[in-house]
Amino acid sequence: MSTPVEALATTEEDLKTRILYRLMRLAQDRWRTLILIIPFTWLLVFFLAPFFLVLKISLAETIIASPPFTPMIEWVDEGIMHVRVVVDNYAYLWEDDLYVNTYLSSLKISTVSTILCLLLGYPMAYAIVRSNHTTKHILLMLIILPFWTSFLLRVYAWLGLLADQGTINDLLIALGIIDEPIRMLYTHFAVYVGIVYTYVPFMILPLYANLEKLDWELLEAAADLGAKPMATFFTVTLPLTLPGVIAGSLLVFIPATGEYVIPDLLGGGNVLMIGRVLYNEFNANVDWPVASAVAIALLLLLVLPMMLYQHIQGKETESHE
Amino acid sequence: MSKTPDYSERPWLDPEAEPFIKVQSVSKHFGDFTAVDSVDLDIYKGELFSLLGGSGCGKTTLLRMLAGFEKPSSGSILIDGVNMNDVPPYERPVNMMFQSYALFPHMTVEKNVGYGLRRDGVAASEIEQRVEEMLTLVELGQFAKRKPHQLSGGQKQRVALARSLIKHPKVLLLDEPLGALDKRLREQTQYELMNLQERLGVTFVVVTHDQEEAMTLSTRIAIMDTGRFMQIGTPTEIYEFPTSRLVANFIGNANMFEGRIVENGTDHVVVESKDPSCNFYIDHGMSIAEGTKVWVALRPEKIKIAKQANGDTGTNSIKGMVSDIGYLGGTSTYRVLIDDDRIVEITSPNLSRPKDGNPPIDWDQEVFLSWEPSSSVVLTK
Repeated sequence: MSTPVEALATTEEDLKTRILYRLMRLAQDRWRTLILIIPFTWLLVFFLAPFFLVLKISLAETIIASPPFTPMIEWVDEGIMHVRVVVDNYAYLWEDDLYVNTYLSSLKISTVSTILCLLLGYPMAYAIVRSNHTTKHILLMLIILPFWTSFLLRVYAWLGLLADQGTINDLLIALGIIDEPIRMLYTHFAVYVGIVYTYVPFMILPLYANLEKLDWELLEAAADLGAKPMATFFTVTLPLTLPGVIAGSLLVFIPATGEYVIPDLLGGGNVLMIGRVLYNEFNANVDWPVASAVAIALLLLLVLPMMLYQHIQGKETESHE
Repeated sequence: MSKTPDYSERPWLDPEAEPFIKVQSVSKHFGDFTAVDSVDLDIYKGELFSLLGGSGCGKTTLLRMLAGFEKPSSGSILIDGVNMNDVPPYERPVNMMFQSYALFPHMTVEKNVGYGLRRDGVAASEIEQRVEEMLTLVELGQFAKRKPHQLSGGQKQRVALARSLIKHPKVLLLDEPLGALDKRLREQTQYELMNLQERLGVTFVVVTHDQEEAMTLSTRIAIMDTGRFMQIGTPTEIYEFPTSRLVANFIGNANMFEGRIVENGTDHVVVESKDPSCNFYIDHGMSIAEGTKVWVALRPEKIKIAKQANGDTGTNSIKGMVSDIGYLGGTSTYRVLIDDDRIVEITSPNLSRPKDGNPPIDWDQEVFLSWEPSSSVVLTK
């Protein structure tokens, strides 16, 4: 019996070359594995491990100690292991109206913000793609430019703009449009302004990438076949840029749901968002297990739409093969 | 006794006929660049009209103006008597088949084909029926549920054709319709297009850079260069009676001789050429002054090549030496050197088989070229 390699090799020289080639292939595979190990290790150490830590804490009870929660595994004498898993924290989240309402409020704010970002971002991305080469680069630069300033600073700037004695109110009063300042700061309006302002670039960029790839001749074809501009948009442009819409929406929706800084600074005590509740549980109440449960529940809330997206995208790729 | 001539095949000759498409001194500028330069054109109902020219000659811009994707900078376009200048593409009685086919990638074949009808709000049952008819016509019935990326190039092309024909447009615009197909499929599709055009009676306007395609398909051809028409005519007119050197060279090959009119009779003209030294006797009169500088175009297949002199050399005959032979099976192309500095190309059918392995005319052989008085064309520009 000869191995396939030997069977194919006609001379000894040939055999050597073949074996050498196989070894090289093996080495190449090694390299590929090695390169892939680095990001996977990173994710394992800095994402998955902390996740399990938080999950573990969410299944513990609060005690006055350091750390302020009961350990999961205890060694009762003579090698008997005692595992303590408490799901009370989750039950508590469900039973207390505060948490349910806060989650709902967060979801509402992030949903509305995502829709606003989409309504604002889509025309902007479209305009950027349709503009000429030089203008295009300037406009893209302008979209990215705010990232060069600290996010916190930019939110503080809104504080100055929206306050009762802020720039906008002063201006409106000076122009004689209003007599009394309009209350904008510490309202839902201010939170929406902050979130939309902060997250609209995350909507524009994936949409831009998607629209840039769009074959504009398809729009001409649609017009040629009798589609008015609106019909062309809804039957051709939008369906073909849907991956961009979904990617952009997730990039806005997910961080907006857990947003802490914006509701805290611009919403004051009037806007309920889960990020703030989490912060309070952790710092003011020093209730790490409940805070952890809040975080895990939020994660589940956000992972579900992500999985849905993955599923849709998987199907999409399948149908294009 | 007088019989009215039958213009049904050649409506452009009928003085009474009203053109279906009227292009009236239309120009299109893009910045400093003039793509279309004040052109006039009449296209009649049922024609298969080709716009032929190299890239950048303005043919595609003109087609896009007919479709409504570009607005003329000046002049006007009338289709069926209606000025189209301010009519958007989606309201024009015109459909276009794109060079890239521009099929909607997210729709199935039947959705693509039915798209135009859905936009017009045609009843679902009627759409279904008409899509089915159309797909049967282009022989794609079994591909109705496929997406464009699952089709071959030829199938995509037929979907594009079906989609552009389903609304029964008055005019169908085709942008390089056969460009992306291989040779065998091109020929097949060419005849399919001609059959369809005849059956449906639609006016076709075709843009192409391929002269063979234009010659086979068209009722008439417009040769375009730098935004202007060089000549408009039937394929035969364009080939046999070119009006300029540019057209003569663009369509097929032509041997070009520079000379002067030395004799201008009522029924003939004589052109004297110095390089090579030869007289051209042409059997029709021309309104042209003696001494005018002209060019004589002579098609390669209109020259006879022989080993012996046929009559006197000097008029419609010339002596040379074979410098190159291209054997193409049915025909051979000879490159004949004249006066050691001038190459004349001749295409000749291979009427007999070579005897004893020797071709009838061999390399480096002295040959005599001759042509009929009606064969050469006198060009003034």
